[in-house]
Amino acid sequence: MQIIKQLKINFMEKRQIAMILSSVLVLLSITSFFVRGFNLGLDFTGGYLLEVEYPQQAKLDNIRKDLKDNGYKRASVQYFGTNNNTLIRLAPQKDKKGATISDDIMTILKEKDDKVTIRRVEFVGPQVGEDLREQGGLAIIYALGFILLYITIRFEKRFSVGAVLAILHDVIITLGIFSIFGVGFDLTVLAAILAVIGYSLNDTIVVFDRIRENFKITSKSVIDVLNLSINQTLSRTIITSLTTMLVLLALFLLGGAVIHGFALALIIGIVVGTYSSIFIASTSILAMGLKREDLMSKKPKETLES
Amino acid sequence: MQNQYPLWKYILIVVVLIAGAIYALPNLYGDDPAVQISPRHALADNAIKEKVENGLKEVMLKPKLVSLEQGKVLVRFDNQKQQLDAQKKLTKLMGDGFIIALNLAPATPDWLKSLNALPMYLGLDLRGGVHFLLQVDMKSAISQSLGRYVGDFKTFLRSKKIRYRSVLIQNESIEILLSKKVNPDEALEYLQQEYSELKFAVRQQNKTNAIFANLTPVTIKSEQKSAIEQNIITLKNRVNELGVAEPIVQRQGSDNIVVQLPGVQDTAKAKQILGATATLEFRLTHGSYTDWSAASDSGRVPVNARLFKQRSGDPVLLKRQVIVTGDQIKNAAAGFDGESGTPAVFVDLDGKGAKRMQKITAANLKKQMSVVFIENRTTTKYVGDKPIKTTKKVSEVINIATIQDVLSHRFQITGLDVMEARDLALLLRAGALKAPVEIVEERTVGPSLGQDNINQGIMSVQIGMALVFIFMLVYYRLFGLFANIALVTNIALIVALLSLIQATLTLPGIAGIVLTVGMAVDANVLIFERIKEELRNGMSHQAAIKSGYEKAFTTIADANITTLIAAVVLFSFGTGPIKGFAITLSLGIITSMFTAIMGTRAIANLVYGGKNIKKISI
Repeated sequence: MQIIKQLKINFMEKRQIAMILSSVLVLLSITSFFVRGFNLGLDFTGGYLLEVEYPQQAKLDNIRKDLKDNGYKRASVQYFGTNNNTLIRLAPQKDKKGATISDDIMTILKEKDDKVTIRRVEFVGPQVGEDLREQGGLAIIYALGFILLYITIRFEKRFSVGAVLAILHDVIITLGIFSIFGVGFDLTVLAAILAVIGYSLNDTIVVFDRIRENFKITSKSVIDVLNLSINQTLSRTIITSLTTMLVLLALFLLGGAVIHGFALALIIGIVVGTYSSIFIASTSILAMGLKREDLMSKKPKETLES
Repeated sequence: MQNQYPLWKYILIVVVLIAGAIYALPNLYGDDPAVQISPRHALADNAIKEKVENGLKEVMLKPKLVSLEQGKVLVRFDNQKQQLDAQKKLTKLMGDGFIIALNLAPATPDWLKSLNALPMYLGLDLRGGVHFLLQVDMKSAISQSLGRYVGDFKTFLRSKKIRYRSVLIQNESIEILLSKKVNPDEALEYLQQEYSELKFAVRQQNKTNAIFANLTPVTIKSEQKSAIEQNIITLKNRVNELGVAEPIVQRQGSDNIVVQLPGVQDTAKAKQILGATATLEFRLTHGSYTDWSAASDSGRVPVNARLFKQRSGDPVLLKRQVIVTGDQIKNAAAGFDGESGTPAVFVDLDGKGAKRMQKITAANLKKQMSVVFIENRTTTKYVGDKPIKTTKKVSEVINIATIQDVLSHRFQITGLDVMEARDLALLLRAGALKAPVEIVEERTVGPSLGQDNINQGIMSVQIGMALVFIFMLVYYRLFGLFANIALVTNIALIVALLSLIQATLTLPGIAGIVLTVGMAVDANVLIFERIKEELRNGMSHQAAIKSGYEKAFTTIADANITTLIAAVVLFSFGTGPIKGFAITLSLGIITSMFTAIMGTRAIANLVYGGKNIKKISI
């Protein structure tokens, strides 16, 4: 069976349109970082979260009032998953003994309805959240650094810059969508962003590998080699994205509310990553003035045998 | 002959498959609800096992199995109702000397256990329980160790006949004000010789000579290290006292301790016990009631006494000298006073403490002795956005009694309510924390959410895989089947590896497996597309298979190594949930290289290799 016939799309011809589209999306995302910021979850901001379950539909207004009467004025109360489950969130409280607040809230809720049960409690101190933001940022920077190094060794420096540009493009736009739509950003989303880096890279490397191979076997111009390589790998790129997407959709729809953000970030990242491996990565190495000789001078490293 | 593997490759694949199957197998057996019985101060033996068995017979409970495992008696039941029932009855039956905890015991058959094949450990988000991150107050650890030196210095200077005016703690260093006639250099030399771990300096302070002593960076580091280690030991003791099966207490970073209590639901109690720094001191009272109120009113306290408050708020003067401190207590049990029936704590002292207690009570018969209850309370206040932590030592006299007899090893303390007596006995048994701790992170997962997470995780993996299977079969036909076989093997191998290294499976970990499923297919897609391409280019079937596998290999290796780099970075930076994701992702990448390349090639070779074929199903 063959969904994608052998194609001869001139991707390089459309590179200007792609560049404009990408630039607009990246600029929009970065603007949103500063204007709208992120709807950062508890993991990063510190604070309290309680998920409680009632045997019947929870009465949010009553819960809000009870909490307010007991001094928790700015609690956010909402349904979570079903109407029986309620999510209560609180910013870090000043002048109160940190970890005991969740017990205090449970006592308040139990007074009104003793059938309420705890599903989940999370408390993160403000310092812990700050450390995590730093760690997350550092993790991305280090990951990019090591990847740059590896690609420079295996390919050429222009390839590594191209790959990193594609990664930054994907990460910025994925973050941008989280920022623009105010989707909750927690620790699992950070993990997903890092997985997006890995995935986007995977896609880009497959195309790069083909470019390197084609330089060795044809004597076409750089533009033609890039076009040929992208076309040759296109069916693989699309099929892999499709299978990964199937799994992610299952995770998004059936994995439960806790894993929602994670699945969403990956779904966005994979769409953007597939696009960038076709349009951005190769376009950037062309823009940086790659010539045949840059790759030919390097001894091809055919290692290991399958 | 093309496309034939040497025998050793087939053997390798078969061996890996068998090993994978064996180590993945324990995960299919599930858990038994169990009750775990362990003596407080020893390991369980056959006699205790028999006692448990007889006890269960008496209360008409039929366990599935009673076994002796790692110094604990493990009683397995068919259902949770029996388990809870048994816990209640066994607690009553076995008495105070045993810790009775609920547990989920893996129902792994013996032949697998003998191969060291155990199921994966489920994380708290899957089995329910509490996770705490405790921060150790290092400043207080340092000031406590300075406090010890103050007393030492005084004794030392007196023994060397060096006269001093005062020894005080000033801003993380100790200031010794010397008397006028003392030669500061001579004093300095003595001190330096005796306390080589400290840094000394002489300075003029208001026309008198002062010697400043500071902890060296090395000493500070070792003090901090010992504070963390001591706290971990104490926390472990306390967690054991709480009756939690399989708790985790471990260091994280420079000044944090992680405590994980699977299955614990009463988090309020757990927090109270973990964070408590309560200990006891025994002191003689000073003077009479009139002296106490006079001292309180005037604020003038006699030289060898200190002013304390009683529970009622009334003042009391106690001697500066401490008879016995909490760390000399060997054992403590809560109970009731035989005469009055009020709650009491029965205390056993160690040899040194008992000797001291005997000596001092013998010399002070008919005088009064007090029990001081000391607690460190840490509160965080905000100045602007900056959290400022203050630790306050709260001392309270809980009991004043006349010494009727010479006391030594065993005696009792009254003056507490039932709950206080029980908690105090627990804390005295577990020992004191060396430095106060504060809970800076808590994650509690209730049992219903844990089960939901498992069900949803498994269901999304199943559905996701089914979709991929169907797609691969339709698109690649027979080769699609090869890929699907490889995929199932891949998951079995990941599970086997996770079980083998006894990693903790968490929800993000399941997400990592799901993602690997998607990405493992990629390797096969790359290979199959390449084979199709070579066929289109007019290669023979055998040559196309060979070339497809060979040419795709470098691409797969490059792509997977870069993803592995990202996963390893994630692992080294991440904590908890991110680590779980990174582990499964890395293992998945490695196993997928094996199954998707070598595995599918082996099957393809078996089916097509060395034959003269007209058509391949791809």
